[in-house]
Amino acid sequence: MIKHFTRFLLGTTIATGLVLSPAHAQDMRIALVVKALGIGFFEAAAKGAEEAAAELGGVEIIYTGPTDTTAEGQIEVINSLIAQKVDAIAVSANDQDALVPALKKAMDRGITVISWDSGVAPEGRQMHLNPSSNPLIGNMIIKMAADNLPDGGKVAVLSASATATNQNIWIEEMNKVVGNYPGIEVVATVYGDDLSDKSYREAQGLMSSHPDLKAIIAPTSVGIVAAAQAVSDAGKAGEINVTGLGLPSEMAAHVDSGASRSFAIWNPIDLGYAATMIAYNLAKGEASAEPGGAIGMGRLGSVTLDENREGAMADPFVYDASNINDFKDIF
Amino acid sequence: MTNPSTDGLDDGQRMGHAAQGAAPGSVRVIPDRMRSRFKRIVGSWEALLLLVGLMIFLLNAQASPYFLDPWNLSDATFNFTEKAMIAFAMALVIISGEIDLSVASIIALVSTSMGFAVQLGADTPVLIAVALVIGMLCGAFNGVLVALLGLPSIVVTIGTLSLFRGIAYIILGDKAYAGYPASFAWFGQGYVWWVITVELVLFMIIALFFYILLHRTSFGRAVFAIGNNPTAALFSGIRVPRVKFILFVLTGLLSAIAAICLTSRLGSTRPSIAVGWELEIVTMVVLGGVNILGGSGTIAGVLIAALVMGMVTFGLGLLNVPGIVMSIFVGLLLIGVIALPIVFRRLGNRRKAVVPG
Repeated sequence: MIKHFTRFLLGTTIATGLVLSPAHAQDMRIALVVKALGIGFFEAAAKGAEEAAAELGGVEIIYTGPTDTTAEGQIEVINSLIAQKVDAIAVSANDQDALVPALKKAMDRGITVISWDSGVAPEGRQMHLNPSSNPLIGNMIIKMAADNLPDGGKVAVLSASATATNQNIWIEEMNKVVGNYPGIEVVATVYGDDLSDKSYREAQGLMSSHPDLKAIIAPTSVGIVAAAQAVSDAGKAGEINVTGLGLPSEMAAHVDSGASRSFAIWNPIDLGYAATMIAYNLAKGEASAEPGGAIGMGRLGSVTLDENREGAMADPFVYDASNINDFKDIF
Repeated sequence: MTNPSTDGLDDGQRMGHAAQGAAPGSVRVIPDRMRSRFKRIVGSWEALLLLVGLMIFLLNAQASPYFLDPWNLSDATFNFTEKAMIAFAMALVIISGEIDLSVASIIALVSTSMGFAVQLGADTPVLIAVALVIGMLCGAFNGVLVALLGLPSIVVTIGTLSLFRGIAYIILGDKAYAGYPASFAWFGQGYVWWVITVELVLFMIIALFFYILLHRTSFGRAVFAIGNNPTAALFSGIRVPRVKFILFVLTGLLSAIAAICLTSRLGSTRPSIAVGWELEIVTMVVLGGVNILGGSGTIAGVLIAALVMGMVTFGLGLLNVPGIVMSIFVGLLLIGVIALPIVFRRLGNRRKAVVPG
């Protein structure tokens, strides 16, 4: 019995070993560690990382992550990357504190560590790449409304809850730059609490209290879908433009119907590309991560770091009828 | 087996024969064991598992140039040490015919309690005390419900699985506790000597403790007796509820020790800490040859199973195999190691049935 069993195991394990032989020697190996595998957003980021690797030449991308979004799983992955002596780790963290000891160990052993998308506490990484920044987002949401209103007009904001930190900062930043868009008047700000039904009713309320409303700005992925639905249901698609921040998969139908001409969100492909470029430049010693410093990001220009060694990649990426079909299956 | 050949006898019995001075073959011998000690050891579950472990080790060393590095192997031990500490206690619970699915939630509650104590200004010794007390209280709660009220342990611990982690979520919400004292980091990040981590030493001590407890004490024999036949155990004078209660408290205590190590290693606490670990721990125990229905199993088996699982996950990790493929591999390993011996035994029996003798 043992003999049969042994032979069987030996056969299968050797077969597995042959299939899984490691990929080979490049000048530099950069690991892109994501929150969990099998998420469209991160698959797209990996695509961007491969694009950067092809552009740089001699770079191998190790795209990896745990099965589910746990810090413990990510630490196991990071430990195995340390063991493989990769040159750089770029991580989107499941937990900003729990990864710090493992990433510190990586840095102690000479590995370049950066975080992107979802950050790590400053002591656990050399720099953090935010997809965008609050002023850029605040400007973009009003710009998208203004671009479709050459003669100006009334616009209203449908936010998440009145206490939502992100949305409040973005609206504040937006109000700072409204003056740059002549003729645009923000007439109301209402709160849908990131609930579909409440957001829908608030959007209906805006349309009845402001009959000459030209645009609704919803800087929340729940609100923007509800507002677009309310506008289509009222038969005002094409008349009132819904814009703001949303997900291509959820907004594709509303772009098709004309309820939304454009909306924005970060571009995951650019994010993976930029993270790879930054990791490469830091690992090569061509740039260093210090407050006030600038690091090159290939075709995306360069990122300037603030006092926490954080930087913003770019304006939010605008999605409209011309590109929505390329992204709606990704995230 | 009425007429066994001599190699079917134990050494001690053969000597007994010589002392009796009876002519060989003239006495009818009924062996107390079916096979010799050598055959028993070679044919044992642990030997099989050790062989699998050795093969995985060699294969890993051949597949990745980074495997045979003392520091890397040292890092790899973190993949299993904390889970295996609990697995030893869980092995005893399962041998006694019960199960404890709340262990990962006990980790969450213990870790949250330690984080709470840190906010109140507690230092390392106080944190350890808090952890051990909370862990044992959680275990005692399970123990009272199972041993004294006689509720089925699977139901009780599915309930406390939600309850303990739920309390952690109520206390912490979406926040995290950090700011553990620097001396606390020793448990999960410290080294005793060269590449030997504090956790690894702790793990060995715990393994030795449970080996002695299960295989060398009357308490251990009581655990086996209860698992084999609780009614018979009760009638033979074993205090069944008391033994079961102690087992659950012990599991809570070991969960607390694992929580100390894990929290120290992460340097922070979130209510989602160690989520899903209960199934990995049960897998480890079953892979170690412990009968899931109770009554049999060894600490050596669980120890080897922990090493095997740790090596499989680390080796596949070095090859950057995605986590989901890793889970599939561990699943297949479990089914394979459990099912194949049974399948081969069946095949063997059928052949014997066709050609008797």
